[in-house]
Amino acid sequence: MTAYATSHLRQLEAESIYVIREVAAEFERPVMLYSIGKDSTVLTHLAIKAFYPARPPFPWLHVDTTWKFREMIAFRDRYIKKELGLDLIVNVNEAGVKAGINPFEHGSKKYTDIMKTESLLQALDKHKFDAAFGGARRDEELSRAKERIYSFRDRNHRWDPRNQRPELWNIYNARINKGESIRVFPLSNWTELDIWQYIYKEQLPVVPLYFAKKRPVVERDGRLIMVDDDRFPLEKGEKPKRRQVRFRTLGCYPLTGAIESKATTLEDVIREMLLARSSERQGRVIDHDKAGSMEEKKREGYF
Amino acid sequence: MEIGDIKEYLAQHERKEILRVFTCGSVDDGKSTLIGRLLFDSHLLYEDQLSAVTEESARRGNLDGGFDPSLLTDGLKAEREQGITIDVAYRYFSTASRKFIVADTPGHEQYTRNMATGASNCDLAIILVDANNGVTVQTRRHSFIVSLLGIRHVLVAVNKMDLVDYSEARFNQIVNDFTGFAARLELRDINFIPISALDGGNVVNLSENMPWHRGGTLMHYLEHVVVATDRNLIDFRLPVQYVTRPEAGDRGYCGSVASGVVRRGDEIMVLPSRRRSRVKSILTYDGELEEAFPPNAVNIVLEDQLDVARGDVLVHPGNLPRLGETVDAMIVWMDENPMVQGKRYELKHMSKTVSGAVSSIRYRIDVNTFHRQNTSELALNEIGRCTLSLSEAIAVDPYRTNRVTGSFILVDRLSNATVGAGMVIDRSRVQEWTEHWDTSPSSEALQSELSRVSSEERAARFGQRPATVLLTGLSGAGKTTIAYALERRLFDMGHAANVLDGQNLRLGISRDLGFTRTERSEALRRAAELARVINDAGLICVCAFVSPSEEIRTRMRGVIGEQRMILVHLSAPLEVCRERDEDGLYALADAGEFTDFPGVTATYEAPASPDLVLPTHEISVEESVDRLIAFLKSRGMLG
Ligand SMILES: Nc1nc2c(ncn2[C@@H]2O[C@H](COP(=O)(O)OP(=O)(O)O)[C@@H](O)[C@H]2O)c(=O)[nH]1
Repeated sequence: MTAYATSHLRQLEAESIYVIREVAAEFERPVMLYSIGKDSTVLTHLAIKAFYPARPPFPWLHVDTTWKFREMIAFRDRYIKKELGLDLIVNVNEAGVKAGINPFEHGSKKYTDIMKTESLLQALDKHKFDAAFGGARRDEELSRAKERIYSFRDRNHRWDPRNQRPELWNIYNARINKGESIRVFPLSNWTELDIWQYIYKEQLPVVPLYFAKKRPVVERDGRLIMVDDDRFPLEKGEKPKRRQVRFRTLGCYPLTGAIESKATTLEDVIREMLLARSSERQGRVIDHDKAGSMEEKKREGYF
Repeated sequence: MEIGDIKEYLAQHERKEILRVFTCGSVDDGKSTLIGRLLFDSHLLYEDQLSAVTEESARRGNLDGGFDPSLLTDGLKAEREQGITIDVAYRYFSTASRKFIVADTPGHEQYTRNMATGASNCDLAIILVDANNGVTVQTRRHSFIVSLLGIRHVLVAVNKMDLVDYSEARFNQIVNDFTGFAARLELRDINFIPISALDGGNVVNLSENMPWHRGGTLMHYLEHVVVATDRNLIDFRLPVQYVTRPEAGDRGYCGSVASGVVRRGDEIMVLPSRRRSRVKSILTYDGELEEAFPPNAVNIVLEDQLDVARGDVLVHPGNLPRLGETVDAMIVWMDENPMVQGKRYELKHMSKTVSGAVSSIRYRIDVNTFHRQNTSELALNEIGRCTLSLSEAIAVDPYRTNRVTGSFILVDRLSNATVGAGMVIDRSRVQEWTEHWDTSPSSEALQSELSRVSSEERAARFGQRPATVLLTGLSGAGKTTIAYALERRLFDMGHAANVLDGQNLRLGISRDLGFTRTERSEALRRAAELARVINDAGLICVCAFVSPSEEIRTRMRGVIGEQRMILVHLSAPLEVCRERDEDGLYALADAGEFTDFPGVTATYEAPASPDLVLPTHEISVEESVDRLIAFLKSRGMLG
């Protein structure tokens, strides 16, 4: 290799750190949207690196829909709060909880709107955040290929497809009017494989749900759904089967499909990924509700 | 995909390089098909994406229900119809050696604005030409933008060769047409490959229909083109992005190294204040660094408490950018409202934002004909050369030598929209001497010709593969002696070789040059160009030059070729060389006769990773030559 070579992971890392620093410098109240998944883990790690030896100058925000896997919440409290000692805000849409909103009776769309999107917007408004970091990547879905790194939102957190700014070089236009905000995607150029390789290289902890284990699952519309607690409405006489499964993405347990797998270690997961025969978002119920639903979600402010 | 030992695989894949590729072509030249083909033939598709595509192909009755790879990249078409602006779409794939990021400007509106955006971060451009249509006005425009945005490597993919019976004559004609007009642009490295994106010929797999094509496939080129030497490792610039103030400890200046190399202990200057200090430490989460280079994101602590803020730039005091309140630049206009003289915009340059007005527009350039026209404004998608006057000085370099410090954007103060993209132009050359590593050819009539004798034929004739053996080391380390001894030995063995010696060149081709750092650099550039010609002729070239820095050797490697240059370090230490001082040069240098004399008044940087080290203070000339011959043999250079 030529002198002063930089591997792709180091290069991606440097570019993401650059973006994180830019946002921290140019916005008044940035926040890290923390979803507990593998991308969030990487983003958290990068934010810590970006300001080392100082601490990241913004808080972490987790929107708790109250239907997350229990292991996710345990991981969040252990890693983000205890181990890293980061400033963590957890937001729950209390009105939604009171109304008993759940994915079974209200359908995934309505449920997500209220417990996730609405809850997120509540938190953003409450704390007057003007820049929110997210872990989305362009390789996740065909329609994301065109996404900017700084994605602009109007006063109502709406994404106006006609009003996005060209991004040249690494110069980001951070000018917004009062009340407007941006979503920032420092991991835009990472692929799923990059994320796993980086986790492997940096030895980052991830939620154990990514690794195969015997878990109680039932089949719903061709998807394997894990029965994570007794709120899950089983059919009459139905009994969850214990199957060796893991998850490629994590979210609300009733909406997240598991895959059968023997991958119990990080190496196994990467190996399986390399041989993967379907791309990662397929496991998410929310995308399949309706064609083009990802774009709609975005306009409503979910991403 | 075969994966053996996963740990081995991971170790190997950790060392990948990133290559950013920009694709351009007119509608229907086959860009989508090509991108789809690259993904498909490299086995990079997931099955659910694939089945969606095959279904769609069948539904549309394409290709007898076969596979139409262009549908893979069509995910965006529907969105475009809904009025969603897509200026650039990015695709990702990787092979064992590289991760590729493909920036594509999809759609029918091949706006200059979108192309400039897509091109701004890329290392390499694939320009598609339809073999049927040949070089068109669009080809010229694409090439112009690629050149304007400073993309160093161009691959002209002549597509749809199946429609012209895979004709070599047709291909050669297109190559000629292209090189004809490209000579007027600043495109330094152009390659041509005939392909059929539809049948896959020469994309990932070689085409059986074009046995006359001697270069490899498009994928082979993408995997092997050398881009590491494109980086500017000479002019240290670090824009301060963020200042950290940990509860205990020193202030840290966070930023990414834009160019050059900075080491712990280096003297630095802060711009615009011009205050000096030294680098106390280079902090990262992964430990302190001895040195940092692009694109490292670091946190720098200085020895003195200076008042450094976001927007300042750290540089080496001996190598300054231009600090000024006026800037000359080429500007690409990106807004519906035209750019007008006198109006104030916000200008964002690295981490600094100032306000600026366009004080004059020298000319507008027609991207199709390259003609210059007078104008008083720039409309959407127009490009012009302008002078801006700013509210505060900024530190710039010409875009040609530094893409980071030489670029900026203009933002409208009312709408907050990004309205312009600027590339700084060299001011009139004030220095008497410049190095010409990055100078473009001066005449529009220049063309590059392709030899009718292939390198394989030459190798067969001479029974050797050409190489340049660069002997680097201090003055007195034995470079010249060993160079001529090696030449003698090679000749006696029946090989064809010659020596380029620093002093000889200075008596001839470089007699106009003195010994300042810049002039030394230019002398080496000429030497490297000569070495390349000698190698092109099939000969082995032995170079005896001090070549004192890693940067200069990297640049020489860039000219000579990654594979061809063999770097040999004659490691005799300074004391030994001084002792020898056969030509009395050290004595003269000590007496102040020479400026920038490596080892005395300038540093000599030993190569970090030479191909071979010869401890010439310990071994004989014969032994050195033996080792050189053995090494050349091991590399398969000597038949
Ligand atoms: N015969 C032939 N047709 C091709 C080739 N490459 C692309 N095409 C066809 O040209 C048309 C336009 O291709 P497409 O990839 O959509 O072009 P784009 O507009 O540049 O993205 C399609 O009908 C392709 O099937 C090729 O190598 N040979």
